[in-house]
Amino acid sequence: MKANKLFAQLYLWALLLLMYAPIVIIAIFSFTEAKVLGNWTGFSLNLYKNLFSGSVHSSLFSAIKNTLSIGILSALFSTALGSIAAVGIYNLRGFKKRAVVFMNDIPMLNPDIITGIALFLLFVAAGLTQGYLTVLLAHISFCTPYVVLSVMPKLKQMNPNVYEAALDLGAKPHQALLRVILPQIRPGMISGFILSFTLSIDDFAVTLFTKGNQGLETLSTFIYADARKGGLTPELRPLMTVVFLVVLALLVIINFRTLKTKQQ
Amino acid sequence: MAKDYIIDIQHLSKSFGDKKVLDDINFYIRRGEFITLLGPSGCGKTTLLRQIAGFIAPDEGKILLEGKDISGIPPYERPLNTVFQRYALFPHLDVYDNIAFGLKLQKVPPKEIEVRVKKMLKMVSMTDYEDRSVDSLSGGQQQRVAIARALVNYPKVLLLDEPLAALDLKMRKDMQLELKEIHRKMGITFIYVTHDQEEALTLSDTIVVMNEGKIQQIGTPMDIYNEPVNCFVADFIGESNILKGRMIRDRRVAFIKHEFDCVDEGFGEDVPVDVVVRPEDIYFTKDPAKCQFKATVNSCIFKGVHYEMWVDTDTGYELMIQDYDPYEVGTEVMLYIDPDDIQVMHKERTRNVLEATVVDSNHVSMLGAEWECEVPEDASAGDVFTAEIPFEKVDLLDHQEDGKLSGEVHFLLYKGDHYHLTILTDEGDRLWVDTNDIWDKGDLVGIDIPPEGIKLIRK
Repeated sequence: MKANKLFAQLYLWALLLLMYAPIVIIAIFSFTEAKVLGNWTGFSLNLYKNLFSGSVHSSLFSAIKNTLSIGILSALFSTALGSIAAVGIYNLRGFKKRAVVFMNDIPMLNPDIITGIALFLLFVAAGLTQGYLTVLLAHISFCTPYVVLSVMPKLKQMNPNVYEAALDLGAKPHQALLRVILPQIRPGMISGFILSFTLSIDDFAVTLFTKGNQGLETLSTFIYADARKGGLTPELRPLMTVVFLVVLALLVIINFRTLKTKQQ
Repeated sequence: MAKDYIIDIQHLSKSFGDKKVLDDINFYIRRGEFITLLGPSGCGKTTLLRQIAGFIAPDEGKILLEGKDISGIPPYERPLNTVFQRYALFPHLDVYDNIAFGLKLQKVPPKEIEVRVKKMLKMVSMTDYEDRSVDSLSGGQQQRVAIARALVNYPKVLLLDEPLAALDLKMRKDMQLELKEIHRKMGITFIYVTHDQEEALTLSDTIVVMNEGKIQQIGTPMDIYNEPVNCFVADFIGESNILKGRMIRDRRVAFIKHEFDCVDEGFGEDVPVDVVVRPEDIYFTKDPAKCQFKATVNSCIFKGVHYEMWVDTDTGYELMIQDYDPYEVGTEVMLYIDPDDIQVMHKERTRNVLEATVVDSNHVSMLGAEWECEVPEDASAGDVFTAEIPFEKVDLLDHQEDGKLSGEVHFLLYKGDHYHLTILTDEGDRLWVDTNDIWDKGDLVGIDIPPEGIKLIRK
């Protein structure tokens, strides 16, 4: 009995170690100055200093800027689109509803590489110059289904009569939507926004296919290119650590929100 | 005269897909009245209420509010308010803001809003609750807020969709009295939907009994209870003995193989009828001169206020009697019924009447199947006849596949010595059957009709 328990504990820790080892290693080596990952030349905060004082090359900075602005914009647009879509799907019935929900699920299960190639071909066919706009459009398109997914449960929890109650009390349809439906799905919209933001920051494959050749880089494509040029720029180590912590914080927030609504 | 009617409903019909939910509904509502739409679930009462509220558009017909047709006006422009079954309060607003919702939309000055909200809170005994979140309230309190939220707008008509259905019995009784009191104080017309006949009898000025999309009877609670117009109403409202009878002449009716004086006239002579006698209207007597028939008690159950007894009459019928005094099982008792307490109703039908098409010299097609029967010699294939089938000639079988048709027991009535069933066939036709076998509502049955049960009559 006791041995079993011990084994279970060991197994769990071994698994967690395996999963988090790469990130932990990066985080540890972000506190030393060595050019090559794996050499420990003594504790130092210089890499962090370089990162934040702007003495890294400007292409890394513009990559960070692009990543953040695309992340925020695509999260905003997909939250708006996804929430409206969710309300529409909620009002559908029967076969139509099942069909649309099914179509909403496919892009989430679709491998990124397929989505990326498909969007690339679409933009080429549409004659769009690939760059910031196409990356943004691509990110909006793959984030929107996740927003739908996080808003739908809020609508389902809602008393189906509240919209009618609002109309009954004299609210026009748009007033009922803003004053009664919106406040009730807001938590789902915020979760959807955060999720979209992290998905956008995280994306590599789709971005690679849609960024074109005008020199646009996001963090993920920059790192990929940088690594291929001959070793990672040392300043990427603290950057990755920071990005990891930010994403971790966002995920913790999302989880706390779901926990809180479950308790209600 | 039409001026007295606040709402006048004319030829209203509505179908969902193939199903006719409302079928040519006509009635009016007087100003200030408490009217109840009563019927079993699926009878169309909620659909009717939702059409009045404006959430569903009628297929045909008009809804006149003070003489103007409102059927094309959206719900937010109708001067009516609704209390929903599951309250439908806005969970993100507190009690005060829930009640003030409608007034704020109308841009009523904040000072006046405050006065009116406070007045309403007082009316529903919820003063001091204004800052509470609605989730922290009990079901009864939420319903009070919902009523206040609707009434604060001073609607011309208040619509209530089974507002007490989610409350427990004790709370429901208290709320019934309060609703009645609110109705009296406000003087607003109430349209109330319920499936609870006791609630309808308690609250209403007028009851509209509905079944299968049609109005069965409109009347005061007293009318509906004492003078049901058909078996459905008699069975749905209160307990009753529904019996097959025969009108001998005016004020004289025969049932359970005895003759009784009654007060009904104008049915004609020697006409088959249905008779309703309420269980509390059959009296015990010790005086042989008063005795109209004898019976033996076969069960006696204490029901709180009264005893409920089943007796077997000397002529082989079973009757339910309610009385304050119990009689032991096995006792022979003498009984009588006052002429006033016998309610005679026209029979809705005395046999099944169907359309049959001749197939060959001894087969017809009807109800989507082919049946053997005696076909007149001069008839040729394709001729259309009226087929009459007596209720007792239809056989019901336990296994659906054993019958020529299959169907479902849709409605049943005990008529003292047999059951009268309404069978809905799989094709959606109706057959009426008299049987001594015991079936339950919803039972799936096979249907067969022997050749001698089908009588063809040339059209």
